[in-house]
Formats: sequence, C-alpha cells, structure tokens
Amino acid sequence: MKLPALRLPTWREAGHEARLLLIGIPVLIWTLVPIYHMFVFAISPKEDAFSGKLWPTHPTLHNFEIVFYQQHYFLRDFWVQLGNSTVIAASVGALTLFIATAAAFAISRLRVPGGRMVLNLALFTYFIPAAFLAVPMYRTMGNYGLLNTSWALILAMVTIASPYAIWVLKQASDKLPVELDEAAVMDGATSLQIFRLVYVPLMMPSLVAIGTYAVLLAWNEYLYAFLLLSNDRDITLPVALGNFLAADDSPWELLMTTGFIYALPPAAIYYAFRRYMVGGLTAGAVKS
Amino acid sequence: MAITLAAPDSAVPGAPLPARLSTPQVWGIVMIVPYLLVFLAFVVYPVGYGFWLARQPSNYVALFHDPIFARAAVNTLIFLVVGINLKMLIALFLSGFFVQSRSWIKWLSVIFILPWAVPSIPTILSVRFMLNPEWGMVNQLIFKFTGDDGPNWLNDPTVALSMAIGVHIWKSLPFWTLILMTGRLAISQDLFEAAEVDGASWWQKFRYITWPSMLPLYLTCTLLSMIWTLGDFNSVYLLTGGGPADLTHVLSTLGIRYLRLDQLNLAMASIVCAMPLVLPLVYFMMKRLSR
Repeated sequence: MKLPALRLPTWREAGHEARLLLIGIPVLIWTLVPIYHMFVFAISPKEDAFSGKLWPTHPTLHNFEIVFYQQHYFLRDFWVQLGNSTVIAASVGALTLFIATAAAFAISRLRVPGGRMVLNLALFTYFIPAAFLAVPMYRTMGNYGLLNTSWALILAMVTIASPYAIWVLKQASDKLPVELDEAAVMDGATSLQIFRLVYVPLMMPSLVAIGTYAVLLAWNEYLYAFLLLSNDRDITLPVALGNFLAADDSPWELLMTTGFIYALPPAAIYYAFRRYMVGGLTAGAVKS
Repeated sequence: MAITLAAPDSAVPGAPLPARLSTPQVWGIVMIVPYLLVFLAFVVYPVGYGFWLARQPSNYVALFHDPIFARAAVNTLIFLVVGINLKMLIALFLSGFFVQSRSWIKWLSVIFILPWAVPSIPTILSVRFMLNPEWGMVNQLIFKFTGDDGPNWLNDPTVALSMAIGVHIWKSLPFWTLILMTGRLAISQDLFEAAEVDGASWWQKFRYITWPSMLPLYLTCTLLSMIWTLGDFNSVYLLTGGGPADLTHVLSTLGIRYLRLDQLNLAMASIVCAMPLVLPLVYFMMKRLSR
C-alpha cells in the first residue's frame, strides 16, 4: 500500500504565502491600533494610562465602576444619556422602517402616480452630504420649536435615513414576482392585506438590514446630536463624549471607558446581523 | 385628508380624483404621504430657507475676504484628492488580498470591518490622544526607541490635516474594500483560467482582466466616496477641531464653525459655495443609479 506522500510547499507557494502575511499583518495592526488603544485606556488606572504603556502594569475594571456608578462630574448623567441614545436609535429605526416600507410598497408594487419622481427626490437627498444639511436643519428645528427635544434628533435622523432605506427597499421589492400580487388580488385581497400578509413577510431580510442601518446611523450620529440637543440630561452619549474635551484636564481614561461601552452595542449589532447587512447594504450601495 | 394633500402630485388636476384613481393607487398615495411630509418639512423647507438666508451677495464678499474660508477650500481639495485616491487605491489592492481563499484571511476580514462597525467618536478621540505630544502612545514609543521627542503632531497644520485624512481612511476603508471585493468576485473565473493557460503574468491578468471589469464600479465608488468625503465632519472636527489656529478646517466643519459663532448667513454661504462641486456629482450619481 502506498502512503500519500507528505508534500512540502514549493518555494513559489511559500513565497506567495509569505507575501500574503506581509500584507495581512500590517492590515491587522492598522485596523486594531485605535481600538486597542481605547481598550488599554479603559482597563488602565490613571497613572498607567498617561505613561504610554502598551499594556497596563495593573489592569483594573475600576474605570467601568466609576462610569456605572456615575462617580465623576462628566459622568453624572451617564445612564440617562445611554437611555436617550437607546430611545432615539430605536425610534429612528421604527419610524424609518414604517415610512420607507410604506413608500417603497407604494412606488414599487402599487405604482403610485409620481412614484418615480418621489424616488428621485429621495435619491437626491441621499446624495447631499448630511453635514451640509445640518446648518439649515438646525434653524428649521428652531423655527418648529423642536430644538433641545428628542424629536428634533429623531426627525432629522429619519430624514437622513429614509432616502437610502426607500431606495434599497424599492430595489428589493422590484425583484418580487408580480404574479404574487396578481394572485392575491384574484383571491380578493385588498392592498393593505397584500402589504401585511405578502409583502412584509417576503421582504423580511431587507427590512432587518434597513432597520439595523437606521438604528446604527442614529446611535452613531454625532454632528446632528450635538447641534440639536444641549441640556446635559437630553444629550446622547456621543455628545457627552465630545463634552469631555471641554476641560483641560479631561479624565481620558474615563472618556475611553465610556467610549468603549458606547461602541460595544453597534459592533455587536453589526456582527449579529452581518449576514443581512453585507447582502442587503452592499448590494444596494453601489449598483455597477 | 391624505388624498387631498397629495392631489397636486397626480397627473389629472381638477378631475374628481378618487373617481379616476383605482383603489390600490389611492392606497399608494396614502402610503407615500408620510415620506412626502418628512421631505417637505425637513428637506424642502430647510434648503429653501437656507438659500434664502444666503441670498445676499454681501455674504459672499465677506466669505471671500475671510482667510479661513480660502484655507478651508484648499484643505477640502487636498482632503478630497489625496484622501480619496489613496483610499480607493488601497481598497482596490486589499480587495484582491481579501478574495484569497485562506481561513486566516476570512478571519482577518471579520476583524478588518471593525472600524466601519464601531462609532467614530470614541475611535477618533482615541487617535487624538495617541498623538498627544506629551502623554500619547506614539511619542512615548518614539522617545523610548530614539531618545528624541516626537513631533507635536496636531500642532502643525500639514501634519494635522494628514492625520485627519488618515483617520478618514481608517474609518471608511473597510466599506470600500468590501464593495470592491463584490466587484472582483463577480468577474468570471474562466477568464483567469484562460489567461493562466496562455501564461499570463500577475500584472497582465490585472491589467487586461481585473481592471477593465472593475473600472465602472471603481469610478462609481470614487464619485460616491467624493460626495461622502465632502460631508465628512467627524474626522476633522474630532481630531483637530479645525485647529491649530483654524488652519485645518474643511468646508463641512467651516459651516458649523460659523454656525457656532452665530454667523448663520456665512454658514449657509459657505455651503452654497460647495454646491458647484456637489451638484454635478449628485447629478452623475443619480444618472448612474436610476438607469
């Protein structure tokens, strides 16, 4: 019986492998350094954090304790601000889903008159950089009397999230066969029944992707939050993080700890829904 | 109520509308009205109001006499030209790396997406402290290995702007790499096998197969990235705050700076000045996407 020979890699293969590593290792370092730095700060006592060590001599969870018990001037409203972030992100997700699903259904399935134009207007809004819309939006919210309320940020984020949501959902619903709707109409289903019983269940993967997109967009938003909200008990976590910089002797280890806590939910959500996100979002993002 | 609101949208004005429209179409109008309301209240009204605020020519005279504006315009161009080309070239290169089938590369690609998945505020602030001249990790390492004091990174406008570009690339590179990867994976494998048989080199395969197939996608990505980079407020604002001495502002942070100084007219005027660059890009993107 002949044993399968153990084949050593040829020089060429080994060289190829080495080249891949030569790319992979810098990429890994480049990606992780800012995040690792944040993590090291979060587990360092103040003296270690400011000494530029690559790993603290006495790693500790004390910083997390200070944050959770709100034992610092900058952190006295931590839980309220975390709550604000959560409520606002969830509301933006729900409202965007509602508005965008209805609009995409109307444009794609019901062929509403003027639907094409609405879609183009939405697409136009999507392409205008949000930072440019921020200035007039700030004034508008002032005119509506919404400044310094959660509604200002929720409505602003829904405005920014829904164009892309409508566009992606419209693309996805165009792929559903027309025969489905026709069959349902034959059976005497009304438009609302088709929406509820046929459309929404079939669109579930895209809806999950869009809901996640809107929630993450709102949770991560800094510029609009910092323009539209200002009272310490109204602001969201990112604005609170920005406010740390106001002092000359900012407690950077606490800033990094809070930042680390704030960055965990979106990362977790992203990885949990990665399957939907990668398929749903990249497909829609650039149609080649 | 909703039907009367949407009536001007319909093709037959004046006619008794509900009679002309089928029931599904009435439902369609009802379902599209929420978005139209959002659009009117939070896009049309603010934009119209903003242009109205920026209508006076004196605003633009004042703007062009502000040295910070000129500097911001130049910075924006540098940010766009250097940042986008560097980012897209690296993304193109890395997309070729990440399509290799190795299990460790699969794992690396999962980690690689982190900058895009985590919010920018804590990570940018982390970089900001890393570059702190006295206590930052970078300068402490430089001191440890060379015995010299490192540069004062964020105090030199050129270095500070380069760092902001670096942060921008760090944040958005994963997304574009992912997009370009889907482009690479869409190329038929037969082409490469045929090229292999013909003895084509690595460069020839890239030059004659990969690049021509990816060119339209690459251009679309570059333009889209240009629009988004124009609106990148966080990378500059959170890293340098526009400093030192307001020398690293870009147009998106400049608008906010004027707003904070209560010069709303100038804020709007500076944004209007970006429109000749934004609108053609938007027009082109819309043409591409609504084909």
